[in-house]
Amino acid sequence: MTSTSFKHIGQRSIRPDGLDKVTGKARFGADYYLPGMLVGVVVRSPHPHATIKSIDTTAARAISGVKAVITAQDFPEISHEEAMSGESVVDFRDLSHNVMARDKVLYIGHPVAAIAATSQQAADAAAQALQVVYEIHPHVLNVDEAMASDAPILHSDLDPDGGEPTNIAKRHVFNRGDTKQGFARADVVIEREFTTKQVHQGYIEPHAVVADTGEDGRSVVWCSSQGHFLVRDQTAKVLGWERSRLKVIPAEIGGGFGGKTTIYLEPLAVLLSAKSGRPVKMVMSRDEVFMATGPGPGSRVRVKIGATSDGKITAAEVWMAFDAGAFKGSPVGAACQTVLAPYEIHDVSITGLDVVINTPKVAAYRAPGAPIGAFAAESVLDEIAEALSMDPIDLRYQNAVEEGSESTYGPTFKLIGFKETLEAIKEHPHYKATLGPNQGRGVACGFWFNAGLGSSATVSIHEDGTASVLTGSPDIGGSRASMALMAAEVLGIDETRIRPSIVDTDSIGFTDVTGGSRVTFATGMAVIEACGEIVEDLRGRAAMIWGAEPDDVEWQSGQAQHSDGSKPPLSLAEIAGSAAKTGGPIAATASLTARGVGPAFSTQVCDVEVDPDTGLVDILRYTTAQDAGRAIHPSYVEGQMQGGVVQGIGWALNEEYVYDDSGRMENPMFLDYRMPVASDLPMIDTVIVEVPNPGHPYGVRGVGEVGIVPPLAAIANAINGATDVRLRDLPMSPPRVVDALSSELNGATGTPAG
Amino acid sequence: MKTHVTCSVNGDPVEFLVDDSQTLLSALRDELKLTGVKEGCGTGDCGACSVLLNGELTCSCLVFAPEVQNSQVVTVEGLADPDNLHPLQAAFLEGAALQCGICTPGFLVAAKALLDRNPTPNEKEVRYAIAGNLCRCTGYDKIVRSILDVAADLASESETVGE
Ligand code: FES
Ligand code: FES
Repeated sequence: MTSTSFKHIGQRSIRPDGLDKVTGKARFGADYYLPGMLVGVVVRSPHPHATIKSIDTTAARAISGVKAVITAQDFPEISHEEAMSGESVVDFRDLSHNVMARDKVLYIGHPVAAIAATSQQAADAAAQALQVVYEIHPHVLNVDEAMASDAPILHSDLDPDGGEPTNIAKRHVFNRGDTKQGFARADVVIEREFTTKQVHQGYIEPHAVVADTGEDGRSVVWCSSQGHFLVRDQTAKVLGWERSRLKVIPAEIGGGFGGKTTIYLEPLAVLLSAKSGRPVKMVMSRDEVFMATGPGPGSRVRVKIGATSDGKITAAEVWMAFDAGAFKGSPVGAACQTVLAPYEIHDVSITGLDVVINTPKVAAYRAPGAPIGAFAAESVLDEIAEALSMDPIDLRYQNAVEEGSESTYGPTFKLIGFKETLEAIKEHPHYKATLGPNQGRGVACGFWFNAGLGSSATVSIHEDGTASVLTGSPDIGGSRASMALMAAEVLGIDETRIRPSIVDTDSIGFTDVTGGSRVTFATGMAVIEACGEIVEDLRGRAAMIWGAEPDDVEWQSGQAQHSDGSKPPLSLAEIAGSAAKTGGPIAATASLTARGVGPAFSTQVCDVEVDPDTGLVDILRYTTAQDAGRAIHPSYVEGQMQGGVVQGIGWALNEEYVYDDSGRMENPMFLDYRMPVASDLPMIDTVIVEVPNPGHPYGVRGVGEVGIVPPLAAIANAINGATDVRLRDLPMSPPRVVDALSSELNGATGTPAG
Repeated sequence: MKTHVTCSVNGDPVEFLVDDSQTLLSALRDELKLTGVKEGCGTGDCGACSVLLNGELTCSCLVFAPEVQNSQVVTVEGLADPDNLHPLQAAFLEGAALQCGICTPGFLVAAKALLDRNPTPNEKEVRYAIAGNLCRCTGYDKIVRSILDVAADLASESETVGE
């Protein structure tokens, strides 16, 4: 499946930033120390829903060492204004109110003030001394409570249906064809309901920022984020500043998974620095990360699918309610678009509700929304396969979308590799391996759009023939290595002679977030385009040196070659060495909006063993096949596939936000919010499928996100294989499994239609 | 009142002043600026702050700085010698065992602690030895393989020496 026509692409090169990361030199968000730096802390609401009656900062300010205190009063009021921010929509008023509460607090952890002091002790003491008077309101902690008729209302201006305000911020509705007729054609119809809990992205690096405001009122910000341009623009918006007043320097980022595509601390640090005239550093503690930064949503989902006896899906109905946390904007819209996307189904009806509750505002989490939809749809499909005595892969294959299929969310697919992933798993030895007692096997599939968006790159060739490649895309998973490989492919020089860097907001054109699986695709496209311009330039210079026409010069293997062979070839280094005589510095910049996004599909198979006494689910074996389009650096493609699967395993088996009745998260630490560790897992086998994306010069699709979509259902289906019991509520933790195994009431089985 | 601490860090004698409530992690990062030691949780649950304290794998966030008086501390910054990476560092690079890299210092220290005590671990032993370290990016596959690669090299070296 791998093309061999590339010299550099597809190599497993050593990543350019690797040495700094294995020696401890790489600087992440919290690793910056400036002279005279103050410590900044956030004062957070202890109530999930309350009106702020008053804030008295006098005692806090009186503490020795306190240099600045800020509250809502220090922020401009801005009106509702929605804009695209990377892949998702941001409402700047809500963003501003999430960064610093105004009249109301909406979750435990909602910032009400921030303090900068000369020491942590002084800052903490000031936080204790700050007086806030609250009027407490009843709260809601999940979609069911929020949609109850007597529910307390979070916002007075949410009324999607016109009328009284509700906690339903938005209703997404998509209908096509006639599902009634579709279900009437079915021989088997299965309808099931599922619930999932909030989960956290779980990046190991807490949010961190240093801001330094100069005498000229400009501020320099060091922070780790998935997009420093996003940080600049959102911070400027919240502060009412011109964007050019802020320069954001990207630190290395210790994981994001979508959770670092918004701002929390940055405007606070900038304002505290502006007020105190000193650099201010703010770093969240782990419990702050859990209680005040975006989890992924919790949900309730109903899926109904009908199929004929020979396995053709005839219709599907989906209803989903996602919690958005304290402000509107859950990924339920994306869930509606992705939930049935792998399949050709004409008659569909999909409804999605975006519901606000008194918890932190949800943030993007790897393929936002898609895993929840797939958990439900892929579980129901598995039941249909069981009811029809069909192989679950055959059922999916028969209905799988391919080039030319009209997707359930609208567009017609170009060349895609979904069926190839199904074939890869069906042919894999894993799929045929025998299972022991209490063991079961499950399969599931997933879809993600991937994103294009804006990217910039600047390429410079130095006199000695080495090159710099500058981009504005923070590197979370080895993307610098991919940039070097693609540049090497175009320029024809070894990737070790190319130095990729990620530069600040003043040093490169605008670049959207590292998200949507877009960097290798879109920023790669900018790098390829800039390198292409360089090659044109080099050909022109070679022609000048030879007194020939540029058309007589070909660029091959990093050399200019005369088309009639009459001149000895000129290497890139030779041309660069005489650049001063052929027109000066050699550099090119490309800024573009990447079109031609190629969607990603994944098919996964998982074997589990269920301990019937303890309910413990052990993952015995896991194989994932994913269409990468083209794997630029196969090791990091595999890494994305494996990492996505393991996050999905955590979501499926253990991870959940547990709230007590007072609205406080009971498990805001890694001990109790249990993410997978090495001893929980087997190796994760990967099959990289390469069906090139026709929209990219090298065929790249994004690879970062889709891997997390199938595991929830794959594991639920495997547990059913082992126990004959279907679990429809996440996480499938030992107590839940034990309960389900001992319960007689495990729902009805598939009923023949009619 | 601050406490004056004298100890060895990565083989060098060092002195620093700390509050009694300050952790070894904070002393290493905030006083000595050894920022290769990371803080992921501060509660002993992620292993990002792992160091060797008198040769023992330790979460530096769980140790008070004054306790390390006269002790020997090794951090990720002390793994390589001036000319060569530690074999684990080289293997992590070769094996793409890091994505974001925030967990990498902790894993390298934990893996060194394992190989110092058991140079020929099997996969299960590796997985249990690094079970105190969280990585959210890699799914551990390439980390485990890289550690096993180093163990295999160590085994074949000792065979060659034996012959
Ligand atoms: S910071 Fe010490 S274990 Fe997490
Ligand atoms: S590489 Fe990111 S946490 Fe391990």
